Amino acid sequence: MSHAISRRDVLRGTGALVLAFSLSRHAFALTETGASETALRGLPGSLDSTPLLDAWIGIDAGGNATIFTGKAELGQGIKTALLQVAAEELKLPLPRLTLVTADTGRTPNEGYTAASHSVQESGTAIRNAAAQVREILIGEAARRAGVGIDRLTARAGVVTGPDGVRYGYGQLVSDQLLHVDAQPTSILTDPRDFTVMDRPVPRVDIPAKVTGGAAYVQDMRLPGMVHGRIVRPPSYGALLLSVDAGPVEAMPGVIKVVRDGSFLGVIADKEWTAIQAMRRLAARAQWEETAQLPDEARLPEALMALPSRDQTILDVGQPDVPSYAINALFSRPYLAHGSIGPSCAIAHADDDALTVWTHTQGVYPLRNALATLFGMPQEKVRCIHVEGAGCYGQNGADDAGADAAMLARALPGRPVRVQWMREQEHAWEPFGPGMAAHIRATLGPDGSIAAWQHEVWSQSHMMRPGPPGTLLAARDIAHPFPPPPPVDLPMPEGGGDRNAIPLYVLPNARAVNHFLPEMPLRGSSMRSLGGYLNVFAIESTMDDLARLAGQDPVNFRLRHLKDERAIAVITTTAERFGWKERPRPPAGSGYGFGFARYKNLEAYCAVALEIAIDQDTGRTVILRAVAAVDTGQVVNPDGVRNQIEGGIVQAASWTLFEGVRFDRRRVTSVDWAAYPILRFAHVPRAVEVHVIDRPGLPFLGSGEAAQGPTGAALANAIRDVTGARLRALPLDAAKVQAAMLAASFKAAR
Amino acid sequence: MTTLTVNGIGRTVSSTPDTPLLYVLRDELELNGAKFGCGLGQCGACAVLVDGEPVFSCITPVMLLEGRDIRTLEGLGTAEAPGPLQAAFIEEQTAQCGYCIAGMIMRAQALLERIPHPGDDDILTALEPQLCRCGTHMRIVRAVRRAAQNMARASEAGR
Repeated sequence: MSHAISRRDVLRGTGALVLAFSLSRHAFALTETGASETALRGLPGSLDSTPLLDAWIGIDAGGNATIFTGKAELGQGIKTALLQVAAEELKLPLPRLTLVTADTGRTPNEGYTAASHSVQESGTAIRNAAAQVREILIGEAARRAGVGIDRLTARAGVVTGPDGVRYGYGQLVSDQLLHVDAQPTSILTDPRDFTVMDRPVPRVDIPAKVTGGAAYVQDMRLPGMVHGRIVRPPSYGALLLSVDAGPVEAMPGVIKVVRDGSFLGVIADKEWTAIQAMRRLAARAQWEETAQLPDEARLPEALMALPSRDQTILDVGQPDVPSYAINALFSRPYLAHGSIGPSCAIAHADDDALTVWTHTQGVYPLRNALATLFGMPQEKVRCIHVEGAGCYGQNGADDAGADAAMLARALPGRPVRVQWMREQEHAWEPFGPGMAAHIRATLGPDGSIAAWQHEVWSQSHMMRPGPPGTLLAARDIAHPFPPPPPVDLPMPEGGGDRNAIPLYVLPNARAVNHFLPEMPLRGSSMRSLGGYLNVFAIESTMDDLARLAGQDPVNFRLRHLKDERAIAVITTTAERFGWKERPRPPAGSGYGFGFARYKNLEAYCAVALEIAIDQDTGRTVILRAVAAVDTGQVVNPDGVRNQIEGGIVQAASWTLFEGVRFDRRRVTSVDWAAYPILRFAHVPRAVEVHVIDRPGLPFLGSGEAAQGPTGAALANAIRDVTGARLRALPLDAAKVQAAMLAASFKAAR
Repeated sequence: MTTLTVNGIGRTVSSTPDTPLLYVLRDELELNGAKFGCGLGQCGACAVLVDGEPVFSCITPVMLLEGRDIRTLEGLGTAEAPGPLQAAFIEEQTAQCGYCIAGMIMRAQALLERIPHPGDDDILTALEPQLCRCGTHMRIVRAVRRAAQNMARASEAGR
């Protein structure tokens, strides 16, 4: 059969890798938020997967509205933004709205709160649902009053019309009125008429957070609640050989030691007792360690030597040339999310049901994972999101949920609260993966880029639940679940290769993704995924090419761009910074610029920096940061500014300070001394964010837009000061000092 | 049994004397302000005031605190009637996740009681022991500055 033969030939031939790979990459209909890539019904945002209007919006007899979102507050201000969107389209004052966030018992399934998609997916759904609910209410008023809908107006929760027609929403609503599917199009409020959206509405969650209200899952106290702690293995995959639990079980206040295979935990009446018991238990546990970690000092080389699945994600023109002006390797270490509050969850189990209060980014995927882990029907497991400390991607939240569930099932009827210790969060959270990127590029005679090649090496950035084997507890129990196959997030959003395709117009360019199925250290999603390193590499190279071409780096970028919105953020940043007229800096100071459109799909962001480097210590401080961001239609301008300011500071911390430390067996950076992050002495002395409003254009996520440009702008500024191009992150004081010394030797010779 | 003065009120607590103050505040007195961050005195999420000085409550056993004046975030005001620093943090919208903010406010309170008109360097130095991960630092400095101004204005008006 010729068909079978040719297929076998393909599989045997050199093309097999690419074919098999591209199949596997797209066979997963999986995106970073878990939303379907292809529209099912052609409805806006998450309405496409949950079309019933009353799944999103309920109106009670008093005319007050309850809004349901499947997304979770992670500290990004999503609660406030979603309430603004709903209030605007419902024409209801904000105080009359209540928001219910991610809860498998109550809200739509919107997958993970991730990838800067929340306003896009949930905001779009709620906005359209709210507009349609408003029109249904107007329609009902029209029916009752016997007038045309064009003669009726909805405002402040009341529909009014001629001859004293006046109905409150509460009068109009009835049981089944909103139990209808959404329509593909809605009558949306014109941005010129906004009264709530595009306004800096104060965040609804801040007053409780600054006064000691119960704001976090860590603050929940349920009746009869007890405290659990987990004894984690000393290294990945370590097996618990034996533990002498007797003396621990005899401690006053200890309720139970729980062991299942290599999973070991303890439950006590008080939190401090649980911690002391955990420590004693840890001291009495014997482990067999087998982990083999790469050589930290040669991490990029170790990563590049791993087996890879390769895919060319960009190939235009003739990028192969005999020699390249730039031929450089960039790298980043593993990075910790480093939430200030270690992960926490509370679980309650009784005869056949399990409830988990968790700060997971995905209540439904976690519920599914727990149901499989415990062999329970999904409908018997409920996961309720309660805020934790900021998460910045997948930290220990899901694992803590499973830990609490494991202990709660061993003590039915009592809520069990588990919080990780600092050293557990630092050692066991899934890190942002270490990565390498190799860029080769050269200029043509006209001073523009003639050839460009980008290769990137990374393990998976997406090892979230769904499959139970993503959870630490599920891997440690006596009958463990294997880790699921690693997920290579597909383009156009990408994972390790996120932002590996430059937005610049390059006639001859290739980009290759080397996906590493192995995971030398546990990793998953961390803010901007591969985008941080890829933008760092691309923008560092743009800077060097501009220098080679004898051009200003901002002008050099602009001459390689056609996208008007990209040009606008760059130009705005440069103008507000005073880039063109920047004075010659004093010794030890300098300037840097960076730009990207996150994922090439989300917000546009450019960052200009002025820095100073202490000549004795190599310590870098940002004197001034100016950023412009285009995030499409703005919902809350102060929320956007907060995200960009925070992104700049967090990326400065990643870039100047951070890297997970490990020996050949164990993660060793298990506290804030071994994993330093930016402290107040290093905060930028000034940060200015300019939000470019785009009324009526689609929402673009802004939470991950500033990280890549900031890292690159820092590298470029350090190059400006020292003359040295640093490509291996972090650009810490020791490295900067060494580069300065090398430069001064060179100058002296 | 240990007797503590927390936010001006005498409290008798049953936790063992070696229990760090943090767990007594959170578990026994059910106060949410002080947070567990590291248990190592490295991050400041647990900061409270003892006789006006900021301390890491996660590493301070209650046996050292008998008869001392302990103040927590709850002692500065409420959501309905926030104290000057709390009000300034709300006005400046100073939080992303907010987990670190209680400690920030307590340490800033100690600063403002010592130096009512701090310069930026005073603020940065005072807050150096406190970690924030969301990158809210710029707003935290602004809020402390604003609180100092508000307090000065209030005391002017009260004269």
